[in-house]
Amino acid sequence: MQRIGVFVCWCGSNIAATVDVQAVAQALKNEPGVVFSTDYQYMCSQAGQDMIKEAVAEHNLTGIVVCSCSPRMHEATFRKTAAAAGLNPYMVEIANIREQCSWVHKDIPTGTEKAIILGKAAVAKVNLNTPLTPGESPVTKRALVIGGGIAGIQTALDIADAGFPVDIVETKPTIGGKMAQLDKTFPTLDCAACILTPKMVDVAQNDKIRIFSYSEVEEVSGFVGNFDVKIKKRARYVKEDLCTGCGACVEKCPMKKVPNEFNLGMDNRPAIYIPFAQAVPKVATIDPNACNMLKNGKCGLCARVCTAGAIDYTQKDEIIEEKYGAIVVATGFNPISMDKFDEFAYSQSKDVITSLEFERLTNAAGPTAGKLVRPSDGEHPHTIVFVQCVGSRCENCAEKGKEYCSKICCMYTAKHAMLVRDKYPDIETYVFYIDVRTPGKNFDEFYRRAVEEYGVKYVKGMVGKVSPEGKKLKVQASDLLNNKQLNIDADLVVLAAAIEPDKSARPLATMLTASMDTNDFFTEAHPKLRPVESPTAGVFLSGACQGPKDIPETVSQAGAAASKVIGLLAKDKLTGNPCIASSDENMCNGCSSCERVCPYGAITYVDKEFRMPDRTTKVRRVAQVNPAVCQGCGACTVACPSGAMDLRGFASNQIIAEVDAICK
Amino acid sequence: MQKITLESLVEKAVSLLENGTVTSVLGWKKGEFDYDITPAVFESADELKKDFVWNDFCGANFSKYLVSKTCKSEGKILVFLKPCDTYSFNQLLTEHRFDREKVYAVGIPCEGMADINKVKEVVGDGISKIESNGDDLVVTTIYEDAPVKVTCKDVLAERCVNCKSKRHVAYDELLGEEGEVIASERFDEVERLEKMTPEERFAFWQNELSKCIRCNACRDVCPACTCEKCVFDNPNSGVENKAASNSFEEKMFHIIRAFHVAGRCTDCGECSRVCPQNIPLHLLNRKFIKDINEFYGEYQAGAEVGLRAPLVDYTLEDLEPGEVFDRRDNNA
Repeated sequence: MQRIGVFVCWCGSNIAATVDVQAVAQALKNEPGVVFSTDYQYMCSQAGQDMIKEAVAEHNLTGIVVCSCSPRMHEATFRKTAAAAGLNPYMVEIANIREQCSWVHKDIPTGTEKAIILGKAAVAKVNLNTPLTPGESPVTKRALVIGGGIAGIQTALDIADAGFPVDIVETKPTIGGKMAQLDKTFPTLDCAACILTPKMVDVAQNDKIRIFSYSEVEEVSGFVGNFDVKIKKRARYVKEDLCTGCGACVEKCPMKKVPNEFNLGMDNRPAIYIPFAQAVPKVATIDPNACNMLKNGKCGLCARVCTAGAIDYTQKDEIIEEKYGAIVVATGFNPISMDKFDEFAYSQSKDVITSLEFERLTNAAGPTAGKLVRPSDGEHPHTIVFVQCVGSRCENCAEKGKEYCSKICCMYTAKHAMLVRDKYPDIETYVFYIDVRTPGKNFDEFYRRAVEEYGVKYVKGMVGKVSPEGKKLKVQASDLLNNKQLNIDADLVVLAAAIEPDKSARPLATMLTASMDTNDFFTEAHPKLRPVESPTAGVFLSGACQGPKDIPETVSQAGAAASKVIGLLAKDKLTGNPCIASSDENMCNGCSSCERVCPYGAITYVDKEFRMPDRTTKVRRVAQVNPAVCQGCGACTVACPSGAMDLRGFASNQIIAEVDAICK
Repeated sequence: MQKITLESLVEKAVSLLENGTVTSVLGWKKGEFDYDITPAVFESADELKKDFVWNDFCGANFSKYLVSKTCKSEGKILVFLKPCDTYSFNQLLTEHRFDREKVYAVGIPCEGMADINKVKEVVGDGISKIESNGDDLVVTTIYEDAPVKVTCKDVLAERCVNCKSKRHVAYDELLGEEGEVIASERFDEVERLEKMTPEERFAFWQNELSKCIRCNACRDVCPACTCEKCVFDNPNSGVENKAASNSFEEKMFHIIRAFHVAGRCTDCGECSRVCPQNIPLHLLNRKFIKDINEFYGEYQAGAEVGLRAPLVDYTLEDLEPGEVFDRRDNNA
């Protein structure tokens, strides 16, 4: 039998004004197991806590019920008090008589009656409490960053800066991501490469950071502090340690007609290539789908011109296995496909382009060396129409576009229009918009400059149709403010395509058992208070994989994710939550119901031998809970048909006892 | 009258035993009376030829027996499965309850099984012999001199009148012709109960459940009730040996059991077949099946191996609890 002490808090007048605290203390004195009961003005104060400690010593208490505020407030406080008094901290129960009682009731009789009932329930539970001890697990002091864009780069640099080794896995031959493709960045108009490439070099030179480029994550197992990850390093047919990035092979390669993905197919590259001049690692890669030597064994020119002897046509995919304590997802975004937007004639005319293509078209390192020309004939354009929200904020066209706002398009379109007007004042620029959204530091000023100083013509309304006619593009649009139809003969149409999470995110989320929303953006543990953590312990989110973001936001989130990782890796051991599920193997049927409902992947099955009463052995499939992964949500305990699964600290019999006490 | 013959089943079983495919056969055997057919394990051709039975009273669903049989015996076991039995078979496989490798399943067609209580309603008690003759059953009783003819169709078990499927969803080998899934009227009776006022419904169930003698036959036969330790036998569950606080509380057993098998019950109807008090227990389970169908879309437990039952799955289209609650109000 427990020896329970009940401590009823007044919380000043917060509780005492609507609950007769003395009556509560008096009533609970008669409950089974209760040997001491009292009330005090502020139980959480030092004096209140001392009162609890003294009562534990004086009355040999084995359990404590505190009738006070929500356990969210002071459960931890009173558990520490109990521990200091020599009790197991999990022998403490809180009856919430403030948020769920005194604050919601107006008169003392009702409040008091309910407080007594809540107190009885807590007493009934403590009677069945058992001391719990949290488990410990070690931490592998290495982090994995998946994705080598600006988000991944910043996270890796910050983690490495704190002294922990970091690996970056990037599917492309180089890190840099989307930012490496951009021309200028809003709202300051500094050149993207000028601010990004020094960071890329930092990554390359940092001895704490390893880059697995042209690689992908193949398999993830384990749990927070102890992830086992298999990384597939795809064969690039060039020995990374020997290649100097001199580019002789690129120059000599006879197969020069491969669409260049870095320039979004607006020009060609050879079969062996380095995506751009500042690539990190600056190592050539052979495209196996284009290389004659790999396809039919004829050529071998690159091997002959390579003075470093780096070309290796026999290279195979390699699997690297590594242990990590934390994983950061930074898989980024892509513009959506324009295939379903026939009204803008994207597939019919080369002069209808997406905004990312426009970035390459104005970039000094792009296909036209920065000269803005029409892709179809290389002529100077006179009228450019920018269309915003192409596929964004599509409320009724979920099958075509996205319901959400892509967030970055308003600003980059203002930037594009402004840059055009700055460089070529003769070009007329129109921007068609639903709303112009500029909530960011110096964003609205930037947009106003585009309109007021640079004379960009903003038209509220959507473009209905773009039709190629001769050399021109006929743009039919409505001007909603002036309530009239517009017909514009444009030379170039730029579509601000919605952005979506990278396609690799969904399979990755499955591997990580991290949750996603319907748009395939990773969900955060709490939208406001835990924005860079995934609900899966040890998995963190950086950049646009969590939602549309511009560069400043991405970088600050990347830093935040890094600080969370550092906080985790700085620990030698992780203390778990002891209130976790456990399975009684003698009762488990092995039916997998719990495994299927577990959102954390904490449950696995093993075949185990059981000794039967008739001295035979029987092999049965039984569930096992990984205590380091279980978060104690209890979904498994209700899914379990046999009642084998139970939650420590919230066992079924404890819950039923509480219900019984309330209904009595 | 069954279309597939006893001889063909025995022949199949003997040949599989003799060629070594299986080492034992799960089949039917005569019990105390002709209509009292019990499951039995046969291990030789002689046993099969002597005791194997196949007639209109072979209702027993063998799927559940595989749980205990496959974890012990070394060789394969042959099991005969009627279409409705195959659903239980799949459901148990989904729950990893037996070793598929140790089973050789032979699907057999079924024309519906007879309900002995319906036969007794026609011919009265004291049945000493029942024989099949074409579409009829020829029943001899100790009280009448001449045997009485009863048409099979008139004495079909309720679950067979409302048969949901004549298609086998699992087998290694199929004897006879494959049937189809049937759009049955099995929910009509549930609808009638739903239309009652809460008081009427309570009276209905109190009347039915008060007949319960807690023999546990329904639980013991149920293919969904294969727990290693049933909560009703578990001293830690808090329900074992609990004194009932009123006359109805003891009968909560059936409601708790219906909750435990919800989403896993294939509606095989064994519970009602074995109930010695003739309580229509299948109606409780059917209510759950009907609700699941209405709340989460059509779902047939055991239709495929590995199906995720709606109650242990989550989709964005799932009904909000509030909508379920509203519906309750509309019903009441």
